[in-house]
Amino acid sequence: MNPGPIADVIVIGAGIIGAACAQALARRGLRVLVVDAGLPGATAAGMGHLLVLDDNPAELALSQYSLQRWREHGPDLPAGCAYRSNGTLWLAANAEEMAVAQSKYLNLQAQGVACEVVSQRALREREPQLREGLEGGLLINGDGILYAPATAHWMLDTANVSRMQARVSEVDGNRVRLDDGRWLGAEAVILANGIQANELCPELPIEPKKGHLLITDRYPASVTHTLVELGYVTSAHNASGPSTACNIQPRPTGQLFIGASRQFGTSDPQVEGWMLARMLKRAIEYMPGLAQLNGIRAWTGFRAASPDGLPLVGQHPQRKGLWLAVGHEGLGVTTAPGTADLLVAQLFNETAPLAAQPYLPQRFLGEAVYA
Amino acid sequence: MPELILDGRALRVGEGTSVAAALALGGDGCSRTSVSGQRRAPLCGMGICQECRVTIDGRRRLACQTLCRDGMQVETRS
Amino acid sequence: MSEYADVLIIGAGPAGMSAALAAAPSGARIVLIDDNPAPGGQIWRAGPQASQPSLARRLREQLQQRANIRVHSSTRVIACAGLKQLLLEDADRGWLMVYDKLILCTGARELLLPFPGWTLPGVTGAGGLQALIKGGLPVQGERVVIAGSGPLLLASAASAKQYGARVLRIAEQASTAAVAGFAAQLPRWPDKWLQSFSLFDRHYRTGTHVLAALGTEKLEGVRLQQQGQIVELACDRLACGFGLIPNTQLGQALGCELDGQALAVDAWQATRRADHYAAGECTGFGGSELALVEGTIAGHAAVGERHAAQALGARRKRWQGFARALNQAFALNPQLKKLAEPDTLVCRCEDVPYSAITGHADWRAAKLASRCGMGACQGRVCGGAVQHLFGWQPAAPRPPFSPARIETLLCLDDTPPL
Repeated sequence: MNPGPIADVIVIGAGIIGAACAQALARRGLRVLVVDAGLPGATAAGMGHLLVLDDNPAELALSQYSLQRWREHGPDLPAGCAYRSNGTLWLAANAEEMAVAQSKYLNLQAQGVACEVVSQRALREREPQLREGLEGGLLINGDGILYAPATAHWMLDTANVSRMQARVSEVDGNRVRLDDGRWLGAEAVILANGIQANELCPELPIEPKKGHLLITDRYPASVTHTLVELGYVTSAHNASGPSTACNIQPRPTGQLFIGASRQFGTSDPQVEGWMLARMLKRAIEYMPGLAQLNGIRAWTGFRAASPDGLPLVGQHPQRKGLWLAVGHEGLGVTTAPGTADLLVAQLFNETAPLAAQPYLPQRFLGEAVYA
Repeated sequence: MPELILDGRALRVGEGTSVAAALALGGDGCSRTSVSGQRRAPLCGMGICQECRVTIDGRRRLACQTLCRDGMQVETRS
Repeated sequence: MSEYADVLIIGAGPAGMSAALAAAPSGARIVLIDDNPAPGGQIWRAGPQASQPSLARRLREQLQQRANIRVHSSTRVIACAGLKQLLLEDADRGWLMVYDKLILCTGARELLLPFPGWTLPGVTGAGGLQALIKGGLPVQGERVVIAGSGPLLLASAASAKQYGARVLRIAEQASTAAVAGFAAQLPRWPDKWLQSFSLFDRHYRTGTHVLAALGTEKLEGVRLQQQGQIVELACDRLACGFGLIPNTQLGQALGCELDGQALAVDAWQATRRADHYAAGECTGFGGSELALVEGTIAGHAAVGERHAAQALGARRKRWQGFARALNQAFALNPQLKKLAEPDTLVCRCEDVPYSAITGHADWRAAKLASRCGMGACQGRVCGGAVQHLFGWQPAAPRPPFSPARIETLLCLDDTPPL
């Protein structure tokens, strides 16, 4: 029983991905309904770090494109979104990591990403809170930070975007069924609900990757760039067991925001003391002064991870009318603009601003069964 | 009678005096500056509200639950 | 590296002290931790301007005399570190405490509701002013207005007067009928009835509540609604508190259940969680006499002395009657929910105004949108306020239960995975 389309597009999930897609489609003149179950999601929990990552060309392309879009629209964002273009400083603890920094520099420069190698002495000058003896680093100037919940809220506050608090219990192509039994239909449905995505599509290869976070009290500003250890690159994506990496973000509030940890195989949101402690220990190894600061809140979040570290963006090959925007792992906030633009281009049958191929769901789900 | 340094000025107080009381004995009673720039003073007196956060010998602590000690350095503007 | 207690008691107010002393003769190894610099809780807070009733002094002496009671003052519980293990922090270090039995005597805090000007220096809680005076706050010659609700207003006024303040008004929001009705019942508890005479003050007004604190850089005056009339008084201090809310966060984190806003306990002062007891204001507001008997019962029960615990049942019942009378008389006027204006700050830590908080579905939505409750008080002040104003339930507590040094949190490294 389908009483007519409720909107041109239904978006499932009001996190940063769903919000970005909704805004982009609404700006193209479509009526968009965003349905959200009100469950805790990654947008509320995450660090809001905007960063270019070059583990592989497709990741670089998507993050670079998206960062460009963030820099264009940063000034449009209201103050509550706290957008800052403060750069990421990748830290090399030894000669090996410094060599990684050097090769990243060459790769990124070649791709047109503004960055500079930072010597040992320059590092001490730029970030005096860091411990002595670090080898140096790589500064990626155009990276930034923002407060994701406020940003998603701003995106959803666009003409032609309406919201509904409800849980979707079933998807059938371009129709969704709500918990109360009602079916809603549209031209297209976009699935953008992170780790809940495979409740509706069990075939999706999405796994939750738990992360811990801690934030300090407000202190006079002592850190400029977001500080991330280069060891992060190797440990984050390759480890199967629990791992931590130093990630220290200076908030405009004067708080220091500390991550990062990764664990598979659990969906329990409880803060685990041992994991929190290990993460903090790693951060202190880079910034000893952290030990004396007060942590005021700790929490966890779940990243939606896909097997190759790239999101699934495109029409579901077996379910015509259902479009996917999931599996962004730790790059959801960063790649929200790129994701939205890719989807809009595909929906409108236009040339995408970057190659869509590497993110198509077909790579996991098989070829399309429809024309 | 401990002597502490409050925002750079020496202040002698009675034994057992809280740092929160010392703020009023030696200054305007204010402990911190709020996010929007207002001065604040202790509110709940019992370690809950966090308005009396001050820096004591380099560490952020609650003035209402800390007793003055000789040589203590207290700052209300950091 | 860890410390061990047969019986760990959190909070050294009347309940905690009496629990420790009740359990001590058993020979159990007892550890009593408290976040203030000395035992006594709020009502028996020690300090250069505090007068201790002889009972309080006696209990403190007895605590010191017992070789098997160890007191850690200026110490807070930061996190659960495993089964029957807590992470503690004091001024110098963090460490783990392992225990067999736990007695929660975490007390209560004041309900502080937002009203225009409440963030001005010079505005404190009612109990807050008393606590600050006990710690040495100078109030000689200062003009003080005390406001809010409950007998605590009178106790606070007494402290202020004792140390030279001029109390201009005591503004009790409860009606004349409610207060008179309570006073009429006092002879049931003769000590309280006698006490009430010494607390009597000619500046006490019922049916009166604060409307606004006035001033620019600091408090200069107060506007009151006094039995239907608007009254303005120039003053130096406004001490305003609207009764007490139980501190249940640690209990909840440990898996104890709530009964309304307080920790739920049975006749043994036992919570739902085995080996975990609670006593005093955290199980419901009732004053120091009730806290003493509840603490004593909990102490006996925790070391298996059920006979001794049972024997105190009648005394507890008597003081529970007092608690009921108190809570009924001083119920809060709904008008108090309307004091805040759109630009009145509700979250003092993050400077979030009332206008940014209204209209959300629940606490979590309001938090995410406005950052209310994300500051250092971890939502204890604003959360208490919005629970009263909108009925929003606070979120489940997460560690750290108090701001804690990051180096303290490193002690959690050895705790087991889930």
